[in-house]
Amino acid sequence: MDPVVAAAVADAHRTEWGRVLAAAARLTGDLDTAEECAQDAYADALASWSMYGVPDRPGAWLTTVARRRAMDIIRRRDTLRDKLPLIAGPDDVAGGPDTASEDEAFPDDRLRLIFICCHPTLAPDARVALTLRLLCGLTTGEVASAFLTSEPTMAARLTRAKKKIAATRIPYRVPGPGELGERLATVLDVVHLVFTTGHTAPDGQALQRRDLAERALDLARMLRLLLPDEPAVAGLLALILLTDARRHTRTDQAGRLLRLAEQDRARWDHGEISEGLALAREALRRRPYSRYPLMATIAATHATAPAPGAPDWAQILALYDELIAIWPSPIVALNRAIAIGEANGPTAGLAALDALATEPQLAGYHYLPAARAEYLRRLDRHDEARLAYDEALLLAGNNTEHRFLATRRAQLPYAT
Amino acid sequence: MADYVVFIWDDEQAWERADPGIVEQTMAAHKEFITRHAAALRGGHRLHTSDVSTSIRHTVDGGVTVSDGAFSETKEVIGGYYLIEAADLDEALRIAADVPAPFGGVELRPVMPTS
Repeated sequence: MDPVVAAAVADAHRTEWGRVLAAAARLTGDLDTAEECAQDAYADALASWSMYGVPDRPGAWLTTVARRRAMDIIRRRDTLRDKLPLIAGPDDVAGGPDTASEDEAFPDDRLRLIFICCHPTLAPDARVALTLRLLCGLTTGEVASAFLTSEPTMAARLTRAKKKIAATRIPYRVPGPGELGERLATVLDVVHLVFTTGHTAPDGQALQRRDLAERALDLARMLRLLLPDEPAVAGLLALILLTDARRHTRTDQAGRLLRLAEQDRARWDHGEISEGLALAREALRRRPYSRYPLMATIAATHATAPAPGAPDWAQILALYDELIAIWPSPIVALNRAIAIGEANGPTAGLAALDALATEPQLAGYHYLPAARAEYLRRLDRHDEARLAYDEALLLAGNNTEHRFLATRRAQLPYAT
Repeated sequence: MADYVVFIWDDEQAWERADPGIVEQTMAAHKEFITRHAAALRGGHRLHTSDVSTSIRHTVDGGVTVSDGAFSETKEVIGGYYLIEAADLDEALRIAADVPAPFGGVELRPVMPTS
């Protein structure tokens, strides 16, 4: 096969899959058939592009073919009078802005698609799986490996979710202004979860799962393109960019984890940082602040620290105070406790961490004992620090983080 | 358009212990719900308490066993239901969220269309 064509199809798969599928879904009214139409279009592309060359607008080409295939199926379905489960179409429901572009042959229905995938009545893990499968075009096997489950389990989860979409008639439309904020928050949480899973893999040899981090960045950019006036979207994209900008400096050449203070800031991605800083500023233009604009501003404070590892901790703590007021989650409380320690000294930090000791959601989360170990070390309470590192080592699933904690523990001096 | 059933699950003991004022208030809230959503309502009833329920299970040998009581031993039981018609799940959710259920909650299920 022509490598140029294969590369073009692979590239179009990555950048256009969601759009092709979304356009087909508008016609077919069910997601399974839409997936088939999209798959057929990519198969046709391999054959056709090898013969006639890669078209100028591969996405438009693929969408047109997928829509034609969808029309064929609808015609056949009409003659057979099939009773297929349908998703509630955009034409038989009221309200919601229409996101189709003027170019009817190449509509952009990806927003409708992501709002179906992330509907609040679906289980959270199903939302993530559907988004990766339908918007990003990951295979069921790839989605399964991203979330450390078996392929049959993931296939069953996807089938069940699609059945619920059809049976309960989750509408294929963008929520109206009254509910957009709340519904968008669920979508952003899914994209953020994909990013954090890729940025620091919960398990395994590698620290990062770049494939997932890049998919999350693609999704955030797509949302920004389609919802340019939403501060929450600007905030999430800023947060991802400012965090992702450090991807090359998080480990040394031997694969050892480096803390922020030890990273070579010249090797941060400065293009991503300046884009992230501009978006973070924009996200703060509208009050009240939501979760992601605040988190992006915290990331921006780290990125603009005057000296390596020495950001304005007082400002970071103030931002965490605002964040916890609108989002009282144990993970935010843990990060805020660390900010207290950095801003007000290790004794204050340790007290704030110990106040979270009985939080059930943090049981089993290695960052809590790891942070305790760090402050105990600074207070020269080495024996207690060793115990805290032991606890963190038991809980850390990622090998790179595990090695980092083991090294820190080994560096503690023994009492003479 | 599609039909959905809203099952009202509640704690019967909480009902029994409840202040008569609250019971009255809830009944008034149901009346208000019925008026407000008259256009979407296709039916609905309050049920007798589950102590008068009878459960019938089919056995492997083709017979049935009949037993006294609710189908499953849970604190919450179905105390009533509404049958509603809505354009899609979002509209059905908005209606279901208005169903008064001070001693529990509601469950929304699409009706499978008969063909």
